[in-house]
Amino acid sequence: MSTIPGLVRPAPVPNDLTKPFWDACNERRLVLQICTACESLQYPPAPRCNQCGMADKLDWREVQGKGHIDVYLVMRDSRIKGFQGAQPINFAVITLDEDPGINFLSNLPGTPPGEVPVGAPVELIFEETSTGQMVHEWQVIK
Amino acid sequence: MASDTGWMRDREGMGIWEHRGKVAVVGWGQSHMDRRWDGVTMDRSCGGLAKEACLKAIADAGLSLGDIDGLITSAETRAEQTWAPRPYFDPPFDTEDGLIKASAEWIQHEVGFKNVKYLKSDSPYIGPMMGMAAQAVGDGLCETALVWYPMVNLDGRYGHNNPQNSNQEAPGNSAFTLPWGYQAGAMFNNLVIFQQYCKKYGKSHDGLAPLCLNLRRNGLMTPWGYYAMHEPHQITTEEYLNGRLIEEPLVVYDCDRPVNTCAAFIFTTAERAKDLRQKPIYVLNHAQNNGSGRSTMATLEEHQDAVASLARKMWEGSGLGAADVDIFNPYDGYLTFTQQFLEGFQWHGVKLGEAHDFYADDIRVEGPHPFLSSGGNNGTGRTRSALFSDSLQQLRGTAGPRQVTVRAETALAGCNTPDSNGFIMFSKSPS
Repeated sequence: MSTIPGLVRPAPVPNDLTKPFWDACNERRLVLQICTACESLQYPPAPRCNQCGMADKLDWREVQGKGHIDVYLVMRDSRIKGFQGAQPINFAVITLDEDPGINFLSNLPGTPPGEVPVGAPVELIFEETSTGQMVHEWQVIK
Repeated sequence: MASDTGWMRDREGMGIWEHRGKVAVVGWGQSHMDRRWDGVTMDRSCGGLAKEACLKAIADAGLSLGDIDGLITSAETRAEQTWAPRPYFDPPFDTEDGLIKASAEWIQHEVGFKNVKYLKSDSPYIGPMMGMAAQAVGDGLCETALVWYPMVNLDGRYGHNNPQNSNQEAPGNSAFTLPWGYQAGAMFNNLVIFQQYCKKYGKSHDGLAPLCLNLRRNGLMTPWGYYAMHEPHQITTEEYLNGRLIEEPLVVYDCDRPVNTCAAFIFTTAERAKDLRQKPIYVLNHAQNNGSGRSTMATLEEHQDAVASLARKMWEGSGLGAADVDIFNPYDGYLTFTQQFLEGFQWHGVKLGEAHDFYADDIRVEGPHPFLSSGGNNGTGRTRSALFSDSLQQLRGTAGPRQVTVRAETALAGCNTPDSNGFIMFSKSPS
């Protein structure tokens, strides 16, 4: 379960394309697609490379899980049922240090709502959802 | 129209639009507007309002039902829920068609069109649909097209009855957004980009207040608009700044008000338009964006590049430039992204990072920079059509108290977001 009180995250449902990603999360690893033709990292997963269009050159590569906080907002009136009991709650965009063109979403567990240090470094953690599927999260490095 | 998107002008390098000045808009009709459908009054249902708007547009053009040979609409009515499981009504309100949408087939039957040879019920939302209609007439798929766009709002809190938002699972691509609270639609990514904009240019949310106030002012000068009809008071800066927080810093006043209404327009050939009731408003070009960002959230730079490309496509196809655009009505469904259009098209010379300063200048309709003279969706309710109808009215000279005092020979209007949209260029002159 989430470490954020009141939060019930909708659980990801893996499909043929995304199963390797979600399986890696269950092993507490973050893997991204890598196009072996143009060496571009890609997230979220897609059937073909968003940069060069190749479909048969996509592989998976584990990344370090270091990033920085780009910007954030604070959810106060979410339409999503699972978040309504956790408000106010941070919603931040994290850029990946290995490729700042790749970004992730985060609720920044451990950071009080609205007290987000923009530009601060963050590290990868994982949280469990209702089905047991793990999801990748980020927390500020103290 | 070789394919569903083959009609689009979504690439640079396509040259002058082949039908430039050969298609005109000759009619407009606006239905009654409510906050929500009451579930009882059938002529205020989606179908009832669509019929009202269509008949008004035909009358405005001075046409008869027999003149219409094209029927074009969109199923994207933003109903957010189906009418069922509530009981249906007697025919013709015995299916979702007529209650949460009004298809071309439904309107054809209910209004009684006999000469239709082109029907399209699955057009995109109104931005690209206006371009599609112009292209259909230019391509000869029909001579005179009736185009309508309902917006549907049923009872209950908007969005909260959308089944997707109560789903405890996140299938498909939503698996990479929904578990962190991302809501589908234009709000979140564009708010993220607004935060990037403020960080990059040293701006803050407060800078949107003058825009919001002026849109309400313009909206109150729009007699059929939501606020003029139902909440006729001018918002103050204090009210705006203390507005209820939705997703901080976004406040409720940044969001257009979902409403229940319909607008209709009539497109025909320039030749057919010559002897109709209204002076023709010619179409000089239409252009679309169908982009997406590289990663989970599109970025400020990606949206700025997208609108710059949209502008180049519009200038290329119309033969006009930024200085030629008199009326400018870009989408304002969330006020947090409107500056992208203002700066991307460089209307009145506004450059990147300058929009908030422009808002704080004189943007009143009687002033030198009558930005969004329509009042937009923020000032009239979430019709999306006001952007287009005001453009037509300004060029016709029939905008009443909203009539601008600057030159009104051309108008540029469109929606929705910087990366996904359709814009159209109108002109009093075909060349």
